[in-house]
Amino acid sequence: MDSVGIEGRWVEVGAMDDIPRQGARVVATPRGDVAVFRTLDDAVFAVDDRCPHKGGPLSQGTVHGHAVTCPLHNWVIDLETGEACAPDEGCVTRIPVRVQDGRILLAMVA
Amino acid sequence: MDTHMPPRQKLVVVGNGMAGMRTVDELLKRNPLKYDITVFGAEPHVNYDRIMLSSVLAGEKDLEQIVINPRSWYEENGIELIAGDAVTAIDTQARTVTSASGRVVAYDKVLLATGSRPIAPPVPGLDLPGVCAFRDIADVNTMIAASQTHKRAIVIGGGLLGLEAANGLLRRGMQVAVVHLMGTIMERQLDKAAAELLQRELDERGMNFFTNGQTEEIFGEGRVQGVRLADGREIPGDLVVLAIGIRPNIDLARAAGLAINRGIEVGDDMRTSIPDIFAVGECVEHRGKTYGLVAPLWDMAKVCADHLAREDATSDYVPAAMATRLKVTGIDVFSAGDFIGDETTEEVVFRDAARNTYKRLVLRDDRLVGAVLYGDAQDGGWYFQLLREDKPLGELRDTLIFGQAFASLAAGAPAADPTAAVAALPDEAEICGCNGVCKGKIMGAIAEHGLTTLEGVRARTKASASCGSCTPQVEQLLALSLGDSYAKPTGEKPLCKCTTHSHDQVRRAIVDQGLRTMPAVMSALGWSTPDGCHVCRPALNFYLLVAWPGEYQDDQQSRFVNERNHANIQKDGTYSVVPRMWGGLTTADELRAIADVVDKYAIPTVKVTGGQRIDLLGVTREQLPHVWKDLNDAGMVSGHAYGKALRTVKTCVGSEWCRFGTQDSTGMGVKLERMTWGSWHAHKVKLAVSGCPRNCAEATIKDFGVVAVDSGWELHVGGNGGIHVRATDLLCKVTTEDEVLEYCGAYLQLYREESRYLERTAPWIERVGLAHVKQRIVDDAAGRKALYAKFLYAQKFSQDDPWAERAPGKAAAAPFRTLATVE
Ligand code: SRM
Ligand SMILES: Cc1cc2nc3c(=O)[nH]c(=O)nc-3n(C[C@H](O)[C@H](O)[C@H](O)COP(=O)(O)OP(=O)(O)OC[C@H]3O[C@@H](n4cnc5c(N)ncnc54)[C@H](O)[C@@H]3O)c2cc1C
Ligand code: SF4
Ligand code: FES
Repeated sequence: MDSVGIEGRWVEVGAMDDIPRQGARVVATPRGDVAVFRTLDDAVFAVDDRCPHKGGPLSQGTVHGHAVTCPLHNWVIDLETGEACAPDEGCVTRIPVRVQDGRILLAMVA
Repeated sequence: MDTHMPPRQKLVVVGNGMAGMRTVDELLKRNPLKYDITVFGAEPHVNYDRIMLSSVLAGEKDLEQIVINPRSWYEENGIELIAGDAVTAIDTQARTVTSASGRVVAYDKVLLATGSRPIAPPVPGLDLPGVCAFRDIADVNTMIAASQTHKRAIVIGGGLLGLEAANGLLRRGMQVAVVHLMGTIMERQLDKAAAELLQRELDERGMNFFTNGQTEEIFGEGRVQGVRLADGREIPGDLVVLAIGIRPNIDLARAAGLAINRGIEVGDDMRTSIPDIFAVGECVEHRGKTYGLVAPLWDMAKVCADHLAREDATSDYVPAAMATRLKVTGIDVFSAGDFIGDETTEEVVFRDAARNTYKRLVLRDDRLVGAVLYGDAQDGGWYFQLLREDKPLGELRDTLIFGQAFASLAAGAPAADPTAAVAALPDEAEICGCNGVCKGKIMGAIAEHGLTTLEGVRARTKASASCGSCTPQVEQLLALSLGDSYAKPTGEKPLCKCTTHSHDQVRRAIVDQGLRTMPAVMSALGWSTPDGCHVCRPALNFYLLVAWPGEYQDDQQSRFVNERNHANIQKDGTYSVVPRMWGGLTTADELRAIADVVDKYAIPTVKVTGGQRIDLLGVTREQLPHVWKDLNDAGMVSGHAYGKALRTVKTCVGSEWCRFGTQDSTGMGVKLERMTWGSWHAHKVKLAVSGCPRNCAEATIKDFGVVAVDSGWELHVGGNGGIHVRATDLLCKVTTEDEVLEYCGAYLQLYREESRYLERTAPWIERVGLAHVKQRIVDDAAGRKALYAKFLYAQKFSQDDPWAERAPGKAAAAPFRTLATVE
């Protein structure tokens, strides 16, 4: 996840402490809102803040394990793969993310 | 500090086992301040339930579950525990004890509770790796490890202990041979007939018996490879467990110069031959007898504690008859007293070959003196009770063998009531032999602590917490006290995929085990996921909030979006905002402020709701704290239109204006809403108050509805609209407004405590029954007041406006802001 490709860049969006454990914050980007999650074990994930089902804001869902449950109709999205868990089908785009000295960096395509 | 307090004496306890710690426990109950207590234990553990080692071996319990006194118990009681360091000498002149590590501790009193040690047969090969006894945790670990790497086990000794070891090893997948010196197994507890039935059953389960087998040699190179019997038979095996008996642990006492015989000699006051040294448990010999079961140890502990607590105590230890059960799941074996008999006894035997049961009762002079039960040991407790009472049987004799249910039937007791049997027992009747708990104590604990579950009784009294064979009786006692409201654990569905426990089990465990945080619940109940899921977390959060008001820290991350963001999420990701309008009343100022907010934030839709207030729809996440602040500034608070919480209190105009109104329904509604707002529930809760039976506020489809009549207020419960409309049931009628408030608060608290998360009042009432709710709220005045007080207490912590806490600039407002904007 460290290489971003030639035209990519890492953008600092905030500190780890800005996001509650088992929670998420929203980052506004040119590609639309991105949801940045922090799990109980302090893993950080970023995905488009739009549920593959009907566009629900995943950032407002319930975070458990490395997954989030969408607030609108309870689809469960695996944050490691971006895929909806069975029986639902769908996929959300993941954004490369990295934590450095407590700061969170998102990979943005120029 | 009281300067006249006598200086504390020093008590040194040698042996950190069941008898020693029970004595300390009893001593603390009598006089917690008299001694500074130091406990030496040879084992590197806290005090655990040795009896349950059988269940650990069989894989039915793990080691944490058998701890009796956790480390915190020692700490809380100021007891110094030196575990893993045996006492090696007592100097009765200098009045000190010395431990293996060289520690020297002075004493005023010593309590010896060194238990016993396994007897080793006089044969070669005892030192080979793979040979162990069955006495402590280290032995069990040895056996479990062997079962993982080896196949064949040999248990030497076919008594109670040997058979439990053999059963455990069998359950762990080993092939098991049992070598027994006698012709029948368990001859100290069973007569020949019962022993043969048992042997056949165990044989069918896969145990190989070598009866009349005298071990001559344990052989092997590097590790045990088998045993050779005196008659030449050779049995191969990679694990040999010695279980041929125990012998009191007396070396220390002997070296200190105490009077000993087979055990440490004690008088009826549990003193040894040196008055400042007491002894209890399996290490003692009392009136020529030694012991190998726990029941007598509990009596010794009480007597010994009496004498430790007070110099002038007069209690005496009196040996009582003992009963045993075999702890092998699925096999019911019980024996008590003198079950063999002699020429002065007669016996009554009952055999039902088809059902594979056998009973034998031994009588002397019209009294029951012994019993052996095989296959159906349900009546064991009853026979044991008769035996201890030692009263002439009289007419009972004729039907005695058929058991208690039949005997009470014959005596004219109401038929087929399974609790009749326990109801008939006197308070002193011992129910749990393992922990010495009598019926009176269990009934007392149920009443005093409001226990409703088996786990609750176990936690409070220890009854049924050890071998578990008295579980049916304890459940019957629960049924006896609670009547129909005692719900035996059913196959209720698990709360979610993360657990096998049902909602009710989880709720009970939170209270009974004092679980105060979500991680504590998940770890105590063995959750299969690290932090649960969207189904269990909101439920646990609610249960904890109800159980520990003011103490439990609400977990925002476990709340559903609406309750976390204090607004209803809409299909486009925006939110709706509904300010509270108390009892449906509003003012020009409020309306003006709402209008201003609508303009300022360009809110697209304004609607009057079905709950008599105004909904602002289409507010964005980032706008929420600002909208709230403006509404707050005009004196409005959250309407909780989004919560599993008190929603609205609908009212009609009532006697203030309406020509039919009988009471001030609007005022009553406002009072109810002021009292109940902010309360969390398993589902949404709606109230309504109508001023007359025309019922314009639709009170009869509300969770709690009030209908005014000339003489007072009718209270209705358990209604809702929705897909399955349910009209309310009439709870009762009251006269004053204060009563309306009291009944409402009590009713909501009962619902909060009994509901399963997401169960609204209607399905809850259908599940528990209206009669139950009436009994708790109407009939039981003291109970109602207590529930009401609990509700009001919890409300102290829930009536903070969530909007105010999230005003712009406050920390709690942060999550509503976008973290960063990337161009
Ligand atoms: C706003 C409102 C409709 C309106 O514009 O009038 C409304 C809106 C919703 N109702 Fe309702 N109900 C509203 C009054 C009612 C009423 C009338 C009443 O309270 O007298 C009922 C029938 C009475 C009852 O509750 O029994 C009602 C029965 C339901 C039900 C079915 C409840 C049931 O037990 O079966 C649901 C579904 C649920 O809660 O699971 C529901 C669920 C909803 C939800 C929360 C659906 C959802 O999950 O998004 C709607 C939220 C809209 C929003 O974002 O604000 N709403 N809903 C009313 C808000 C009242 C308020 O001021 O808080
Ligand atoms: C597997 C198993 C199953 C059993 N099942 C049942 C049953 O179903 N029903 C029943 O009634 N009974 C049962 N028993 C018997 C029951 O466990 C004992 O009667 C009871 O534990 C005796 O208590 P105690 O305190 O006298 O001895 P223990 O519990 O053995 O405690 C003595 C402690 O003192 C320690 N100690 C010894 N010497 C020293 C020293 N010098 N310094 C420091 N510490 C020392 C020992 O290490 C030990 O920890 C069972 C026993 C076993 C092993
Ligand atoms: S319920 Fe009765 S009091 Fe209330 S408005 Fe209707 S008629 Fe009037
Ligand atoms: S929009 Fe996410 S589950 Fe429907």
